[in-house]
Amino acid sequence: MKDADFISGQGVSGDIHTARRHDSAHKHVAGSAVYVDDIRAANDAAVVLIGQSPHAHARITACDLGAVAAAPGVLAVLTHADIPGQNDCSPVYGDDPVLAVDEVCYAGQAVFAIVAETMQAARDALPLAKVDYEMLPAVLTIDQAMREGSWLGPSLTMESGDPDSVIAGAPHHLSGRIEIGGQEHFYLEGQAALAIPGEDGDVTLHCSTQHPSEIQHKVADCLGLPNHAVTVETRRMGGAFGGKESQGNLPAILSALAARAIGRPAKTVYDRDDDFRLTGKRHDIRIDYDVGFDSDGRILAVSFDQALRCGMSWDLSEAIAARAMCHADNAYHLPHLRVVSHRCKTHTQSNTAFRGFGGPQGMLGIERVIDQVAHHLGLDPLAVRRRNLYPHKSVAEDQLGMTPYGQRVEDCILQDIIADLETRSDYAARRAEIEAFNRNSRVIKRGIALTPVKFGISFNTTFLNQAGALVHVYTDGSVHLNHGGTEMGQGLNTKVAQVVAHEFQIDFEDVKITATTTGKVPNTSATAASSGTDLNGMAAQAAVRTIKARMRDFLAEQHQCDADDVVFDTGRVITGTQEMSFADAVKACYLGRISLSATGFYATPKIHWDKVRSQGRPFYYFAYGAAVSEVAIDCLTGENRILRADILHDAGRSLNPALDIGQIEGGFVQGAGWLTTEELVWDDSGQLRTHAPSTYKIPACGDRPPVFNVALFEDGENLEDTIHRSKAVGEPPLMLGISVLMALSHALQGVGGHAYPMLDAPATPERICLAARRLGGPGVRVGVRVGVRDDVRDDVREDVRGGHGPA
Amino acid sequence: MRETITFILNNQIERVSGLPGDTTLLNWLRQTRRLTGSKEGCGEGDCGACTVVVARRGDDGVTRWHPVNACIQFMGMLEGVSVTTIEGIRPTDGVPELHPCQQVMVDRHGSQCGFCTPGFVMSMFAAWCNGEGLEPDRVDTTLAGNLCRCTGYRPIAEAASSLTHDALLPFYERQRRATEATLMSEIAHDDTVMLTDGQRSFIAPASADAFASLYARDSDCTIVSGATDVGLWVTKQNRHLPTMLWTGRVAGFDRVTQIGAQWRIGPAVTHEAGLAALAEGRPDLGEVMRRFGSLQVRSSGTICGNIANGSPIGDLPPMLIALASEVELSGAGTSRRLPLEDFFIEYGRQDREVGEYVAALLVPSAAAPFFRAYKISKRFDQDISAVMGAFNISVSDGHITSARLAFGGMAATPKRASAAEAALMGAPLTEKSFARAAAALDQDFAPISDMRASADYRMQVARNLILKYGMDCAGDPVPRLAGYDSPLVGTLAGAAE
Repeated sequence: MKDADFISGQGVSGDIHTARRHDSAHKHVAGSAVYVDDIRAANDAAVVLIGQSPHAHARITACDLGAVAAAPGVLAVLTHADIPGQNDCSPVYGDDPVLAVDEVCYAGQAVFAIVAETMQAARDALPLAKVDYEMLPAVLTIDQAMREGSWLGPSLTMESGDPDSVIAGAPHHLSGRIEIGGQEHFYLEGQAALAIPGEDGDVTLHCSTQHPSEIQHKVADCLGLPNHAVTVETRRMGGAFGGKESQGNLPAILSALAARAIGRPAKTVYDRDDDFRLTGKRHDIRIDYDVGFDSDGRILAVSFDQALRCGMSWDLSEAIAARAMCHADNAYHLPHLRVVSHRCKTHTQSNTAFRGFGGPQGMLGIERVIDQVAHHLGLDPLAVRRRNLYPHKSVAEDQLGMTPYGQRVEDCILQDIIADLETRSDYAARRAEIEAFNRNSRVIKRGIALTPVKFGISFNTTFLNQAGALVHVYTDGSVHLNHGGTEMGQGLNTKVAQVVAHEFQIDFEDVKITATTTGKVPNTSATAASSGTDLNGMAAQAAVRTIKARMRDFLAEQHQCDADDVVFDTGRVITGTQEMSFADAVKACYLGRISLSATGFYATPKIHWDKVRSQGRPFYYFAYGAAVSEVAIDCLTGENRILRADILHDAGRSLNPALDIGQIEGGFVQGAGWLTTEELVWDDSGQLRTHAPSTYKIPACGDRPPVFNVALFEDGENLEDTIHRSKAVGEPPLMLGISVLMALSHALQGVGGHAYPMLDAPATPERICLAARRLGGPGVRVGVRVGVRDDVRDDVREDVRGGHGPA
Repeated sequence: MRETITFILNNQIERVSGLPGDTTLLNWLRQTRRLTGSKEGCGEGDCGACTVVVARRGDDGVTRWHPVNACIQFMGMLEGVSVTTIEGIRPTDGVPELHPCQQVMVDRHGSQCGFCTPGFVMSMFAAWCNGEGLEPDRVDTTLAGNLCRCTGYRPIAEAASSLTHDALLPFYERQRRATEATLMSEIAHDDTVMLTDGQRSFIAPASADAFASLYARDSDCTIVSGATDVGLWVTKQNRHLPTMLWTGRVAGFDRVTQIGAQWRIGPAVTHEAGLAALAEGRPDLGEVMRRFGSLQVRSSGTICGNIANGSPIGDLPPMLIALASEVELSGAGTSRRLPLEDFFIEYGRQDREVGEYVAALLVPSAAAPFFRAYKISKRFDQDISAVMGAFNISVSDGHITSARLAFGGMAATPKRASAAEAALMGAPLTEKSFARAAAALDQDFAPISDMRASADYRMQVARNLILKYGMDCAGDPVPRLAGYDSPLVGTLAGAAE
């Protein structure tokens, strides 16, 4: 009965592969789940308010904060001069000042910080600051950065085969451009950090962060302390989506500086508008492409030029740009491919991690290419997609596809997923019905599209793929679980606790999930890259197995049996012929002076990456999925909505189907929002004009597809030895939302005419209406005025909107 | 005048005094009472994470439970009401452990990060108490004011619609309501109340006379109704308002009455309360109102406040102008009426003399068969329009005999398109007539570009709306993509399934 884990039975509650509810669900609904700003000590803490730059690029010529400091209720005012250590909050390259020194590089940048008794006092004092600026020229847009050569580093090239000559010799050739807007995370809980000063100048922080270790290091560097003097704890975040991977550093550092300055707890909790203005977002991107293909829709070669707007500093842009390059192929085998990546430096917020981490942008490039190729050839885009997929995992090894970065694709199951989904969604019949509908409908057009996702799992930066866990077993048999991952709503803690419960064969309720803290598990990586469960689940399993091995050895000796005969089974431990409760076994071990606490560690095998050559095996495996979206548009107004979505997604052998479905649905809707309603607008002075939910529109309840069929791919199983053969599920589903943009493109093709819609993102009503107009759709055409504007659309747009983002 | 605000919080009487008049309920709950279940997600009433439920007994003696954004609700607005927060809905004896509105969210995996969850639960709780709003086709509207970034809403919407409006309430809820009703009666009174720290005051006069005399004494004070905009002056602009004068407690101000051929909407009538009268015989108005703000905003915000505020976009003014409504201004013992379109003079300026206030809105009650309204925004629900078009014509013998075409978002004020209207006058009721009128629109408007739309799009879509209106009136109506009469969701997608 025993398996390699010395486990028998599957009878524990909350076991792996079951739909265990989120461990905090009962607290979420009761309002008793504690977030940073809810911590009791936070209530008595002084508050920190950031004085922000009003200009995109300027030199600070004078800074007089005397009146601020003298204002009632103000305890301290901090500037760069108050930083004892390094004035830096960047994650990688040391290029993000905590507080500006003599130059500001984006509108919203932190210049000084007010520490006050109350937020009201801080807000009242803010306008008393006298900071003089000398305006400097600002680079705001991708176009401007490309024109002026404003880059963070030299452009990178990833190349396989001979794209130029293959394109030149191809039977068909197309080129084009897609502009894709950025995305604000809009985690419901804004950035938040609370610092509590301790003895010896130590500081303990409670942070809403995906990366406690980085905050520990950055706070220590800033305060000039060794790492051991700083402890960072994170119980949970109210959403993160990548926006709390590096962006939590600034509020944490300011809280620590403030706490040190006044010798009291201090907290920094961003107001929503400040959060929008201060923090980085998903990179907007401009992709130019040339593609050569044959009459069957086989893509022979593609060349992509990706220009990402990184903002004023690196932040995580290097790795994000790398992932955008690594996903320029998405699911398609493109032996002749070139991807050039330009990392544009602009005087805007430093763009950062966001669910998908460059992958969505890279993928959208090739999906657009396929859509346009299909349009050109008069084929169903699904046929073109199928024709170009990476070979199925079952083909002979020498037939497997190779990515442009040199990784063999060994686990492709998209043929199976697409076939299944095509049937489930009745794709072919619906497409035919929609095209018939469109022929008879003047104003309303519908569209449908099926798009696949292949997403590489592991941090592109190899060394980050490591994790630790700490497990204690107490003498009553209850278990304390800690690991380096952070809970942001994705259910990581639940899944890891399921792994531990399964491993010990005890009930889920007997495992206490505890707050992530640098004091228990050190030197962790961010909970990011969808890797949380893969890494921390394995680390926790390793810790449990260490304890179990000690218990087995001891019990075998005590019960005179072979250690291999000691088996953990549904709340009991069986030693040859005898059995006892888990708690009794634990007690016996304790009395036998056996250590019941262990750490666990995991490092992902097989992976390596040469970032200069853009070659290697960056990913342990790939996650797959596909979605069919149906939309309708109103050509007169550009209004649009999703009518139905069908999704089939591969979570391997799902550890928790309910949580995985939640990630898939949420990811899809978030991805659809990115490509439809969510539009970031900067004006021509570099001010972000959409800085609150009144102006930045994430999907609302009524925007979800009214028919929404989501399923896990039933035959899913990770070919690699991941935690119980599951697959990461955090990021990949976001890219299922690409099907919505492609369906909108299909709907616009229903307008008629021969031109391809060339729909940029986000596909707001405006973009759809104006695209329908370009395509000769219904609507009022008047005189020269509109006609002229139409011809110079991009220029007009740039004039009037400040031209960031997609025109 | 009482300088204490008395209200019920989670079925306990609260008396509050000595606070600045602009103290918000959310700050008071979180910082003073340390009830941290209500969250701040935006501080401007757009995300719903701070949703609490306010119970009010109407003149008819019927209690209604309103979801309210605590972040922009001033403490003084709570006089006499019962406030329930997420901490207050669990059965007090712990059986069952969670309220049904909470339990369904647990059972259906309706929470992920959990930060928005209390707000969702409270929106559901309000609907559950009212006995309506949880039907599957109404859930989207009930929850439109609550944003969730994690789940994609499917499990939340299913949780909400799985709740039943039981005729027989559970015992603990009957008990809770009985206590709530008793306590509300206990604290009821007819005095004017004020909350002040000596610097900033919030005054809630109880009678029209008191309101008028207080306003006459201090015409610099800020008149507040639902605080859905004034709240943001405080939370977002940090404006210090020395004195706020609230319409919401004034007896009679919340009445909707039919006088002759007009509805008379009092200054404290909320969007929700006025909806039935305004939307009667004009379903488009009802649909725009459904999308306007959110239930939280519509439960607090008032129709007259929306007018008085003079927003260049405001979805209501174009509709009310198209319907030939009038505004009544009172002050210093005088009263006058003017057509609503004349009230808006320029951006930020209305025809309101010092000492005058918007005393009523007068809306024709006759059905308007050719009234149509089109709200164009990036998101269907709870979004400020890029362009709002509201049109009304009369037709006789197949010809257009009167035309009122009003737009929001096209100029610095809500404005009629007089050139386009002129083009329609006397024209036959055909699509072509409307296309011609649409062509004239550039004589009426030169819209601006902003974060909501470019000038080009605004002009194009405004023209197209007139064309669409023509299609709708001249016999080839365009199906709606959303709303009460959209055929797309039910039939097309359903048929395809």
